[in-house]
Amino acid sequence: MKKHYDLLVIGGGPAGAVAARTAAKKGLSVCLVEKRPAIGVPVRCAEGIGQEALAEFIEPDERWISAEMTGAAIVAPDGTVMKLESGFAGNKVGYILDRKIFDRELVWQAAEAGSDVSVKTRAAAPIMEDGVVKGARLEYCGTVSDVTADVVVAADGVESKFARWCGIDTTVPVSEIMSSAQYVLTGIDIDPHATVFYLGNEIAPEGYLWVFPKGERSANVGVGISGKKSGSGHRAKDYLDKFVHRTFPKGKPIEFIVGGVSVCRPLGCTVADGLIIAGDAARVVDPLTGGGIYNAMFTGRLAADVAADCIAKGNCQKKALSAYDAGWRSSKIGKSIERNYHIKEYLIKLSDEKLNAIIRSASKLNLTEFSTFTLIKELMKVNPKLVLELGALAVSLR
Amino acid sequence: MLNVHRDICGYCGCCVSVCPEGSLELIDAYLCVEKSCTSCGICAKVCPLGALEVVNEKTL
Repeated sequence: MKKHYDLLVIGGGPAGAVAARTAAKKGLSVCLVEKRPAIGVPVRCAEGIGQEALAEFIEPDERWISAEMTGAAIVAPDGTVMKLESGFAGNKVGYILDRKIFDRELVWQAAEAGSDVSVKTRAAAPIMEDGVVKGARLEYCGTVSDVTADVVVAADGVESKFARWCGIDTTVPVSEIMSSAQYVLTGIDIDPHATVFYLGNEIAPEGYLWVFPKGERSANVGVGISGKKSGSGHRAKDYLDKFVHRTFPKGKPIEFIVGGVSVCRPLGCTVADGLIIAGDAARVVDPLTGGGIYNAMFTGRLAADVAADCIAKGNCQKKALSAYDAGWRSSKIGKSIERNYHIKEYLIKLSDEKLNAIIRSASKLNLTEFSTFTLIKELMKVNPKLVLELGALAVSLR
Repeated sequence: MLNVHRDICGYCGCCVSVCPEGSLELIDAYLCVEKSCTSCGICAKVCPLGALEVVNEKTL
């Protein structure tokens, strides 16, 4: 490891890896540090991503694709099922990844492009000069070293600390953290090519429960509930165990993980002097779906693009780096986060009866484009009342 | 004070994200609690596993 880099990336998930890969390809000197001893583990993810979204960043490879999806289903609190199909029958609409291998592949690509990589390396503190981020103090197996950089990318995930140490409040409101738990279950009867979402206050208050296939007879079965609904005796694990006991009594868990997913609005500002915040650390998870892989890669790439520009111009102050903040906010992900935040706020207030009625309104929907946006638009067509209830939001959806 | 049941903790960092004081840090698989912790209990509420507990120091 050198003492100085153009770009120092903190965190080896999809945001950090794509930032490092992009910057290294542009010829910048880059170092990526990951606090954990291995890239890709432990997984903190349900691993779903859209087909086109993935292809924008990496060529699909069977080594890290667990399953291909051709449809989805939503199950109402009363058990009514609404099937979602692609406008083109049998079309591949998305993937369930194997994040352990996927994340390694992205970091490997960053390394191949020329980035230095250091695992079991923790950014313990920022190096600050007159309020400007100049690098990080790194700890590795008992040794401490100061590494400076023109720009630091904080891509340290939901449990991020770096931006906070730089003076940015990253606290997620209790009601907007999805407290989550997931088993990888095997030996279960599922449709191996459809994701299934279960809704309802008894199943997952203010969240949802998912069954995301990982193979013919195995799946990620998990649940996320609002932090404000979590407490002793009714935590994410309790909801998950209740569902699994009832629905997949013969399923065998080969993995059990927990995690937090932010469904709040993104940070008010995602740059500071010498600092860019990307991925979950910037709270850019889709607030409706809880999906974060694509938004992480998107912000990671943009972070590297803007950092490279600013470094070339010799100005990495907040004002110059704000092209990043403005860039993702005005992009399709920024708009989609804002829109989906409002949809989420509407949906979490619905009673089980109302959810039943909406899902009962169509047993099958063909979606020209497989997205939550198209889904909501189609739901409004069959539920004219929704248009009134969504008000101004409905207008923006047209 | 905040008690971490390390046999239960899934070291996921959910608690770290909601701590209003920034008093928690996940160092690999070890959750650290700093002195600035006010025992507000928000982390204990959101923990997916129930690994965190605010205990009254007088009863210890």
